[in-house]
Amino acid sequence: MSQAHGGTGRRADGVVERFVPVNGKPCRVWEKGEGRPLCYLAGIGGLPNWTPFLDRLAAGRRVIAPSLPGFPGSEGHDQLDSHLDWLMASRDLLEAAGLRGGDLIGSSMAGALAADVAALWPEMVRKLVLVAPFGLFDEADPIADIWAQKPGATAGLVCADPENFKRAQVQPAGMDPADWVIVQVRVNEALARIFWPVGDTRLARRLGHIRQPVLLLWGDRDKVVPRSYARRFAEGIAGPSRTVVIADAGHLAELDQPEAVAAAILEFAA
Amino acid sequence: MKQMWFHLMPYKELPDDFREKHPSVWVDIDSKLFDPARVHVFYNEFMDELEYAAEMGFDAVCVNEHHSNGYGLMASPNLIASSLARRTKNAAICVMGNSLALYNPPTRVAEEFAMIDCISGGRLIAGFPVGTPMDTCYAYGQNPSSLRQRYHEAHDIVIKAWTTPEPFAFNGRFNQLRYVNTLPRPVQKPHPPVWIPGGGSIETWQWCAEMDYVYSYLSYYGYKVGLDTMLGFWREMDRLGKDRNPYRAGFLQFVGVAETRAEALKLYKEPAEYFYGRCLHVDARWANPPGYVTEATIRAKAVSQIQLATQAALRGGKTASDWADIVDQGYVIVGSPDEVAAQLRKVAVDLNVGHLMLLLQYGNMRSDVAKHNTRLFAEKVYPQLRDLFDNEWEDRWWPQPLPERQSAARHAASARVGA
Repeated sequence: MSQAHGGTGRRADGVVERFVPVNGKPCRVWEKGEGRPLCYLAGIGGLPNWTPFLDRLAAGRRVIAPSLPGFPGSEGHDQLDSHLDWLMASRDLLEAAGLRGGDLIGSSMAGALAADVAALWPEMVRKLVLVAPFGLFDEADPIADIWAQKPGATAGLVCADPENFKRAQVQPAGMDPADWVIVQVRVNEALARIFWPVGDTRLARRLGHIRQPVLLLWGDRDKVVPRSYARRFAEGIAGPSRTVVIADAGHLAELDQPEAVAAAILEFAA
Repeated sequence: MKQMWFHLMPYKELPDDFREKHPSVWVDIDSKLFDPARVHVFYNEFMDELEYAAEMGFDAVCVNEHHSNGYGLMASPNLIASSLARRTKNAAICVMGNSLALYNPPTRVAEEFAMIDCISGGRLIAGFPVGTPMDTCYAYGQNPSSLRQRYHEAHDIVIKAWTTPEPFAFNGRFNQLRYVNTLPRPVQKPHPPVWIPGGGSIETWQWCAEMDYVYSYLSYYGYKVGLDTMLGFWREMDRLGKDRNPYRAGFLQFVGVAETRAEALKLYKEPAEYFYGRCLHVDARWANPPGYVTEATIRAKAVSQIQLATQAALRGGKTASDWADIVDQGYVIVGSPDEVAAQLRKVAVDLNVGHLMLLLQYGNMRSDVAKHNTRLFAEKVYPQLRDLFDNEWEDRWWPQPLPERQSAARHAASARVGA
């Protein structure tokens, strides 16, 4: 992968890029905007490109988007074996990115990690936003198998409008095509490494340790994590929680409805 | 050359409209298609066929492991192999093999293989596949990202369990075992020959070379498609400074023998179409669990996209499932004994393969037809090929059974005399 791993650079779109070490491997941190930190951990597909959703958030807050190991711009997923390994890596990454005391958004699969960080290291997270998080599994109402999909089917599964996922996943400008193939494969592998086969990290046992205010966001057309999970999260979380359903949005609601999702978050985390 | 008789143990009564009505032969196949009373009959026929092949003089009988699979009913090849160890005398027992990462703890493989080696008096070939995505990641729920790391650690445990005389502790990345002391240890020393069934990944070739293991390319698509892979394997052996001993390699080939080519074409059409039509009907959803294929292999493939496209075009853009294409493209070699022998000789020489694994039962082939195929092959093809390579090369990867004087049969005989 041809990218600089040292120093800080401001891109043309105003996003500041830097790399922080996690377990000795470089992980990419993107940042934009001013104010109290608002961290975003992307889920399925990761964050190969800056998105309109983050721009909307950055209008009101200092948005920090760290990329987990194996996610676009980051390495080191293949040395993480246990859930504890992943939690420590998530904590270290968020710490190095500058979250401490700010607010944390975890989307989709990364929502499970964000929830654990809030439960285990409460001093790091002031308010928590979970967008259709993974971490639980109900055999009677199972989460979709996002890996066992026919080629090309993922976009329609994770977004209400498949074009929204495809737009988020265009080959980044200047990236070698062969490298781009690897970036896409690697983020899928990293997610599988944490969540294979059903996505249950036994988070249910730790929801009672989340005492922060929590905003649960769910696309009304989520085909991945059933709505019944929102109730299970709300019941399990010790702190005050509110569930907001986003109209015309799929599993990755922030890609389908960046405006509505950002507005709900900025209001909650004001 | 070694000629080995391989069974997949397919369910033989999948419906005619299987492809249209069912998404996949593997993983989520409808269990209601399987009648256990018929499976009872099939298992017994299949084991008869394997025993028959051993009686007819094939060098080995081969079994393998699949899960939730309509064409491979051997969830546990070791169960079949242990029976074969009792019911055969001289044939090698080739278990091709145990998917190491699926056994917890992996010492289970060391134990069961050692048991088969002891029961058979040292006739075991120990195959260690990673396993297909369908078997390992879906049917058995293993994590595709750590599968290969677990596989390699399990391999290390098994080899150490076989070769270390004292009990030892193993503190691995995925396995922690305070006391490893596998009993029995295998008859063969330092351990049974290890064969690695693989696809075309360069890492597997390098590992086989490093460990001095047999690389076995188990493709259902015959020698024409297999040629590129095997040439790649030998190029890599050249690069690594290894000799071109054909016994470094194994290759799978479907065969149908009859008195005449016309008869063979008639006899094997239906079972071949059943296999290539119904048995290989695997849903594309299972093809690519993330991490199963390594980044290095993906990179290599990204570079050779054009090459792959060319190959696909040669195959008409898809795999064949009707008889004329199946024969034409070499998936199945059919003909009279002399024709088959001539073709197989060419395959063995072109691919430089000393271990030929032959599928003489496939699809819904009737048992009497499978035995006919087996007998004709044994009597009229086998003798034409047995000496190939042997003047020039030694097979260092073949089982070394106990000498006759130490065999259980000899022991029983002398006990009777003594009584």
